[in-house]
Amino acid sequence: MAAGGAQRPDPLVPIPVTVRRRRRESPDTWSLQLECAGPWPPSLPGQFNMLYAPGVGEAAISISGEPGRNGLLMHTIRSVGAVSRALGDLRPGQQLGLRGPFGVGWPVGEEAEGRDVLLVAGGLGLAPLRPALRALLDRRRSLGALALVYGTRGPPDLLFRGELARWRRDRRLQCHVTVDQAGPEWQGEIGVVTRLLPRLVFRPGNALALLCGPEIMMRRTAAALRDQGVPESAIFLSMERNMKCALGQCGRCQFGPSLICRDGPVLRYDQVRPLLVVREI
Amino acid sequence: MKKREEVRTLPEDGLERLIGLVRSRGYCLVGPTLRDGAIVYDEISAVSDLPAGWTDEQEAGRYRVKAREDAAAFGYNLGPHSWKRFLYPPRTQLWQTTPTGEATLQPVGAAARAVQELDFIGGSTTPDRPFAFLGVRACELSAVAIQDRVLMGGAFPDPHYQSRRESALFIAVNCSQAAATCFCVSMGTGPEVTGGFDIVLTELLEDGSPAYLARAGSAAGESLLAQLEHGPASPAELDRSRVQLDQTAGSMRRELAADEVRGLLAANLEHPRWDDVASRCLACTNCTMVCPTCFCSTVEDHTSLDGTATRTRSWDSCFSLDFSYVHGGSVRASTRARYRQWLTHKLSTWHDQFDSSGCVGCGRCIAWCPVGIDLTEEVRAIASEPGDRQETTS
Ligand SMILES: Cc1cc2nc3c(=O)[nH]c(=O)nc-3n(C[C@H](O)[C@H](O)[C@H](O)COP(=O)(O)OP(=O)(O)OC[C@H]3O[C@@H](n4cnc5c(N)ncnc54)[C@H](O)[C@@H]3O)c2cc1C
Ligand code: SF4
Ligand code: SF4
Ligand code: FES
Repeated sequence: MAAGGAQRPDPLVPIPVTVRRRRRESPDTWSLQLECAGPWPPSLPGQFNMLYAPGVGEAAISISGEPGRNGLLMHTIRSVGAVSRALGDLRPGQQLGLRGPFGVGWPVGEEAEGRDVLLVAGGLGLAPLRPALRALLDRRRSLGALALVYGTRGPPDLLFRGELARWRRDRRLQCHVTVDQAGPEWQGEIGVVTRLLPRLVFRPGNALALLCGPEIMMRRTAAALRDQGVPESAIFLSMERNMKCALGQCGRCQFGPSLICRDGPVLRYDQVRPLLVVREI
Repeated sequence: MKKREEVRTLPEDGLERLIGLVRSRGYCLVGPTLRDGAIVYDEISAVSDLPAGWTDEQEAGRYRVKAREDAAAFGYNLGPHSWKRFLYPPRTQLWQTTPTGEATLQPVGAAARAVQELDFIGGSTTPDRPFAFLGVRACELSAVAIQDRVLMGGAFPDPHYQSRRESALFIAVNCSQAAATCFCVSMGTGPEVTGGFDIVLTELLEDGSPAYLARAGSAAGESLLAQLEHGPASPAELDRSRVQLDQTAGSMRRELAADEVRGLLAANLEHPRWDDVASRCLACTNCTMVCPTCFCSTVEDHTSLDGTATRTRSWDSCFSLDFSYVHGGSVRASTRARYRQWLTHKLSTWHDQFDSSGCVGCGRCIAWCPVGIDLTEEVRAIASEPGDRQETTS
């Protein structure tokens, strides 16, 4: 049975989707805009799909853009190994397999109303936060403060540059960008994201913080925010582990009590903090 | 009393007729049989396939079959197989692609690339014949109930498991003895079969030959028993079956503090005992393969010369290094971390994930560990000197 029909689809079987646009974000990262023969299954910011590169294999990839008026869904992929390289290599017109969406996304619905929302992204971590930021900008008036802090290795690694430039000009958003290393031509900040946190204007007790990036970056950022007075239960982070099924059935994505594909990838800091410091958990 | 709940005595040839009846209804009947020095589960067609007159002797790191002095057909406990081998097979084909339409070379981007339409065809989710299982023990029914929650209790039921599971018939048997490795009493899963069965049998020995009591647990079981002549079990037979179960329960030597272990392990993730067990554990994955509840899996993709890709799911183990691989390396590189993952999952985080323990006390992992690691002993060692971990700050 092919998935996507009227019958309950087999969650283990991908549906074919087609690349319509491909954009180079950085030397090793590509954004693909995908078209689906039928309507896209509804997704939420922070959810992910399992993408199958024909003949190579499958990888968990966050949704970096929900289908807009053009009906295309966006994924942003860093080539680090066989599967991600093959995915990033796909050209317009070529097909791939997709299962999803899976997981629990960012709390950017009613939970965010009236809150001072901080997004802190490291590297590729901006990809899953992009749909969250766009959703928040759409409902900007119902929020308190809104801030994005984004750090990457170097200036060539900055993603979504056109949009980033717009975000930096947007008066409704406090947007700070920093890089680990840069040559003299770089006019911006150098250093880790945590250094920029004290510059943000927000009420810690009313804050909602969404973090995505390497585990060490999220750990340090979460600890820094907590020290600034943000309640641990108001800090959310998106975790990464090995994933095969995305259905809560292969056991691979366990993080202590959580199955990250099912209970995450977005998890609350107060629930994961004790485990974040246990090595090899 | 409803007829279904009535315990009956099967006629002398009752078991043979039951086997024939089940097979005539189109089931693939799987039951215990002696092969290569172990009692394993395989398709059977007659009472003569059962391991009559054999038992198993088990200890940590040890399993062997031994002749009995009587002709009991169910006078053993558990071998290396469990029913998960049939409900959740070691290998399952999940899908295949067929290139629909011609592969055409279209100029896309800078280079000409083959553009091929992808079509995914799901693997068959139904078994050729529904399964009937004979000789299922109480702990094994609990294990099936646990896998039910994992594989079909969530938002995305596995269609392969679900169709096998829902069409299966369970003919259970009450244990008449316990192996030295059993600890079902402390896990609350045995030795008496109390639910989840279509028929439950009790094997009683009369002068060394078996006689059977039977009770239906479902309409399917009732309709089978209705076709066998039988009378109600006598008070003496019911008495003997009760005594047999009490003796089985009373003879159990191992135990695990099921209520306390969840919190105990969660609070002792840095206990020195993990280093100690890691120095013995070979990370061979035996314990996870024989365990009736372990469900971890991996997938492999194969592409043939004509471009058809096939995805196969197979059993995997948290003891393998690749299991926790993320870009850059394995999260659980050490054996310490992998054993800790296994034991804490079985006995602690399984509760968080699936609302039950992941262990039914069958003891297979104890018997089939080549170095004789015994989880009940590991838990006891941690309990005897609990640490005061947690609340470390980052
Ligand atoms: C929830 C989630 C969201 C993600 N979002 C993105 C995203 O938006 N963009 C992006 O570029 N990457 C994302 N990743 C990471 C991405 O899944 C891995 O980089 C990718 O699986 C690596 O596979 P590979 O074959 O290219 O690399 P290799 O490192 O060469 O991997 C080799 C093999 O290891 C296995 N493997 C490695 N890492 C993982 C993993 N995380 N899960 C499962 N198997 C793995 C694969 O089976 C792979 O075949 C996400 C991961 C998760 C869990
Ligand atoms: S962990 Fe061991 S004793 Fe418990 S169910 Fe699995 S194999 Fe049986
Ligand atoms: S505990 Fe025993 S059976 Fe399990 S992996 Fe280690 S050596 Fe193998
Ligand atoms: S990816 Fe299989 S359980 Fe989460």
